[in-house]
Amino acid sequence: MSSVHSDSHGHGHDAHHADVPHFSVKDYATGFVLAVILTVIPFYLVMTDALGDKSLTTLVIAGFAGVQVIVHMIYFLHMNAKSEGGWNLLALVFTCILVFIVLSGVTWVMYHLNHNMMPMPHNMNELP
Amino acid sequence: MPTPDQHWSFLLGRLSLDSLPLHEPIIVATFAGVALGGIALLGALTYFRLWGYLWKEWFTSVDHKKIGIMYMVLGLVMFLRGFADALMMRMQQAIAFNGNEGIFPAHHYDQVFTAHGVIMIFFVAMPFVTGLMNFVVPLQIGARDVSFPFLNNFSFWMTASGAALIMASLFIGEFAQTGWLSYPPLSGLAYSPGVGVDYYIWALQIAGVGTTLSGINLLATIIKMRAPGMTMMRMPVFTWTALCTNVLIIASFPVLTAVLALLSLDRYVGTNFFTNDFGGSPMMYVNLIWIWGHPEVYILILPIFGVFSEITATFSGKPLFGYTSMVYATVAITILSYIVWLHHFFTMGSGASVNSFFGITTMVISIPTGAKMFNWLFTIYRGRVRFELPMLWTVAFMLTFVIGGMTGVMLAVPPADFVLHNSLFLIAHFHNVIIGGVVFGTFAAINYWWPKAFGFKLDPFWGKVSFWCWVPGFWLAFTPLYIMGLMGVTRRMRVFDDPSLQPYFIVAACGALLIAAGIGAMLLQYATSILKRDQLRDETGDPWGGRTLEWSTSSPPPAYNFAFTPIVHDLDTWTDMKAKGVARPVDGFRPIHMPKYTGAGVILAGISTVFGFAMIWHIWWLAIASFAAILLTAIAHTFNYDRSYHIPAETVARIEEERTRQLAAVEGASA
Repeated sequence: MSSVHSDSHGHGHDAHHADVPHFSVKDYATGFVLAVILTVIPFYLVMTDALGDKSLTTLVIAGFAGVQVIVHMIYFLHMNAKSEGGWNLLALVFTCILVFIVLSGVTWVMYHLNHNMMPMPHNMNELP
Repeated sequence: MPTPDQHWSFLLGRLSLDSLPLHEPIIVATFAGVALGGIALLGALTYFRLWGYLWKEWFTSVDHKKIGIMYMVLGLVMFLRGFADALMMRMQQAIAFNGNEGIFPAHHYDQVFTAHGVIMIFFVAMPFVTGLMNFVVPLQIGARDVSFPFLNNFSFWMTASGAALIMASLFIGEFAQTGWLSYPPLSGLAYSPGVGVDYYIWALQIAGVGTTLSGINLLATIIKMRAPGMTMMRMPVFTWTALCTNVLIIASFPVLTAVLALLSLDRYVGTNFFTNDFGGSPMMYVNLIWIWGHPEVYILILPIFGVFSEITATFSGKPLFGYTSMVYATVAITILSYIVWLHHFFTMGSGASVNSFFGITTMVISIPTGAKMFNWLFTIYRGRVRFELPMLWTVAFMLTFVIGGMTGVMLAVPPADFVLHNSLFLIAHFHNVIIGGVVFGTFAAINYWWPKAFGFKLDPFWGKVSFWCWVPGFWLAFTPLYIMGLMGVTRRMRVFDDPSLQPYFIVAACGALLIAAGIGAMLLQYATSILKRDQLRDETGDPWGGRTLEWSTSSPPPAYNFAFTPIVHDLDTWTDMKAKGVARPVDGFRPIHMPKYTGAGVILAGISTVFGFAMIWHIWWLAIASFAAILLTAIAHTFNYDRSYHIPAETVARIEEERTRQLAAVEGASA
């Protein structure tokens, strides 16, 4: 629909994909296999409890999730540093900064709030 | 999940005759008034056979100019509702002394102040700002429409759908009694078992879809559809601020959506995210909603800073002072607005290190804002300033907003905030920046761009009456609140014990009445201008000596905005073109490819309203049916391939020829 503006785009519905790199079936297959591997390993870790430590498992799974996001972006969303004239990379960096601010900020703030709270029973109705 | 002690039927859910507030005389009288007015309006539309015109030319329009105007109309209508709430609060607080209970029972008063806040932010300020961006941005960047014209229409109707749900809550059931951000545990099922909070949730969720999509749309438009030659650093400042605002919208509204979704899970399926018990944390809600809430403040004010930048430069007859610093200040505010959210809850008990971090970041954000203020002052300095209405509002903004900014920095000092938190001082502060900033800015923008939208100027007499009622009215209404806030009076009070406060509230009520006169004068201004449009007509398309591309078109601009995409060589493109004497192209026109109007947006938003209503009242069958209908309609719309048409070259030539004649007549008259 962005073709409305410019006559040069005319009727060509694929004209505005020109700056998106073309990916082959092989790339989709690579992406798919990687995605499956990155999903199966966390399942394996949880179901067999191979690492023997819950918080360590959580951290490792979170790491795999991060890699999974990158795989999706490269193989399925066709993003790289040059796509869309660099805007994709800029948007990604901005998103990462915001996610970092929000996650670290919330953790910091909520830790403090929790720490300073009066000790509470699990169920408020148990208050004397 | 229906609570067992409540009436619930399969067909109507929680809805029954008892849901109609027939026992509340004030609401019944309001309803009678609204119903009579509504019937008169509908009757008039039918009598003058306007339905077809409205449907064909406006409701289904994908033209960014018409959608922008519809946003402004929505904002104005909701503004009247929100202001009625404000007047009622001022009346209540002015008389509720010495055992007098005032005019409202507690549960009604609590709904009034909640509705006032929700409406003013989500359904007045947001539509105003979105409407301005919609109308102005494509014209300023030399584009023919936004990137996704249908999405634009859909976004508008989703916003209107949320507004309709809020209005429905006035007469069917109740609205939230929780304050405008619905903090749990008060907004949880245990303390708000009624439909009020559900109205709040669904109105905001549905309108939020529209806001987010419109943010994506405008961002794509600004990035992808600028005229050739318009590099980032040649974009008009308003477009820059619109860009940053839409980045903020895209990055912050998902947080609001998520936190409201968690709240609705608490209310509908019995989870415990924000309850007091079972590991829930109401503090998490406050924390999350302000991660959205603080950027929201800048979503509202940034485009308004852009408006003032355009107006100051135009009416001083000079290029804007410090364009580059203005851009960097805007970008700096965009980033900084994400690291200040905790200043809204210093008193929740985070401790010294957290509070001082967020206090300092809050103070830091006033630096780029201050830089902007100096840029405007230096633009005016040694300019040939014309004090027409847009400039008057700009000067009023500068004087008012700076005070609001300074009280904001006071509140940013955590120890001071412990004294002032939730007091009337806070209320005065944020009204000072929102009215002094967003509202004054919107009025400046309406006076500035009205001739572009409709082809005639607004009547200056009633505009000045409105101005001189509004500005002193504002100060009369809110100075007493500052004083009382410093004395420790808290917000959201319905009755008062201390009779010595009454004079302050009476003064504040007088201020509100003066503002009401200002609003009346403003409506009169619109009405008289429309009646006298032939005397106020502007044929040039450039009544103020504008500097940016929107003033190069006719007023109102043709559907396609620009017959040829303009080529940009300098920052103030239109000034540059006028100086170089760039000739208007008069031949060689080609067919113009344009998007077709479609009713799909209205239909989808209409079904969404039904869906929201069904969810609010727990009418599950209707919720399922309407949700399925939304999906089906959306899928069906994707099969509509007949989405665009060409304006034939002859039509373009005819329109442009008429414009040539019009310009020649103007020149002949002035020669």
